[in-house]
Amino acid sequence: MAEYKRPESLKKTPSGFCPGCMHSLATKLIAEVIGEMGQVDNCVHIVPVGCSTLNLAYWQGDVLGAAHGRAPAVATGFKRSNPERLVFAYQGDGDLAAIGLAEIMGAANRGENFTVIFFNNQTYGMTGGQMAPTTLIGQKTTTTRYGRDPETTGYPMKMCELISTLEAPAFVARYALNTPKGCRDAKKAIRKAFDIQMAGKGFTFIELLGNCPTNWGLSPLQTLDYMESNTIPYFVPGVYKDKYKDEVK
Amino acid sequence: MLNINTSLCKGCSYCIKFCPKKILEMGTERNNHGHFFPHITDEASCIACAMCATICPEGAIEITKEETNNG
Ligand SMILES: Cc1ncc(C[n+]2csc(CCOP(=O)(O)OP(=O)(O)O)c2C)c(N)n1
Ligand code: SF4
Ligand code: SF4
Ligand code: SF4
Ligand SMILES: [Mg+2]
Repeated sequence: MAEYKRPESLKKTPSGFCPGCMHSLATKLIAEVIGEMGQVDNCVHIVPVGCSTLNLAYWQGDVLGAAHGRAPAVATGFKRSNPERLVFAYQGDGDLAAIGLAEIMGAANRGENFTVIFFNNQTYGMTGGQMAPTTLIGQKTTTTRYGRDPETTGYPMKMCELISTLEAPAFVARYALNTPKGCRDAKKAIRKAFDIQMAGKGFTFIELLGNCPTNWGLSPLQTLDYMESNTIPYFVPGVYKDKYKDEVK
Repeated sequence: MLNINTSLCKGCSYCIKFCPKKILEMGTERNNHGHFFPHITDEASCIACAMCATICPEGAIEITKEETNNG
């Protein structure tokens, strides 16, 4: 019989996220892992810009704010000077794959010893639903009114695939949060990434496919099916790189 | 024991969708933030699989081990 307790690193008040927003789900899964590892007081959550910023008022424990896209740079400095702390940056797709592309690729390529959790909802949620580099072909956003056209805007950027081509990263994987199984698999991978970090084995990157019911213009339940038939076939979940497969549990 | 902290609920219905026993149902009352929230229709049928608690974005559902009545 399963037991479930709300993780202690979340405030006892509702999150600031919209109903059904998987930012809330992702944050909760991370908080569960940190609680289970006994790292509530030792972990540092680097918060960039985007709806992830709402965690500044929701996360109990140390948070560090970074400028838009610059969380991996802030995490680099903090982790290098505090190697004993558990450090993770939690970034949206506009933040990580657009304005912060240089910072994420640099940190990954240097093999910095922290974890990036990348929340991909295929849009700029906080600013009203503009196109992100990850927006799907044909997806309507406020800046692609007739659907994203690759002729003028290119193709959705696959960050796990890109980062896994680099030599340094230790663990790179993608999961979808639209089912309980996806959530449980994601949670195991977050645990693995944090274990790799605490063993000093280098850069870990977990992409979580999520939604933005508000800007997608869908009900929370409709976003689950949308993800199944649109998001998941393009951004295929799975482990893209696992350097220490046999060494770290 | 299943406990829904209704004041945290945002009425997304994910828990209802994934309950394998189909014993969660959306209510008609609203909480103090204006959201409808679910309730359990038949607690005796709950298998404590925690599907509902796993997918709840707000961590509003908690599951505790059943106390045995006869010690
Ligand atoms: C330097 C700078 N440029 C632009 C903005 C405006 N801005 C705020 S959030 C955001 C996009 C966030 O998108 P994403 O990272 O996908 O986060 P989401 O809200 O979708 O989770 C932008 C462009 C800003 N705050 N700072
Ligand atoms: S705007 Fe979108 S990403 Fe931001 S909290 Fe609302 S649903 Fe979530
Ligand atoms: S624990 Fe399982 S059976 Fe019980 S209400 Fe939740 S989803 Fe349904
Ligand atoms: S999943 Fe959580 S927030 Fe959504 S309706 Fe159920 S109890 Fe409420
Ligand atoms: Mg986004």
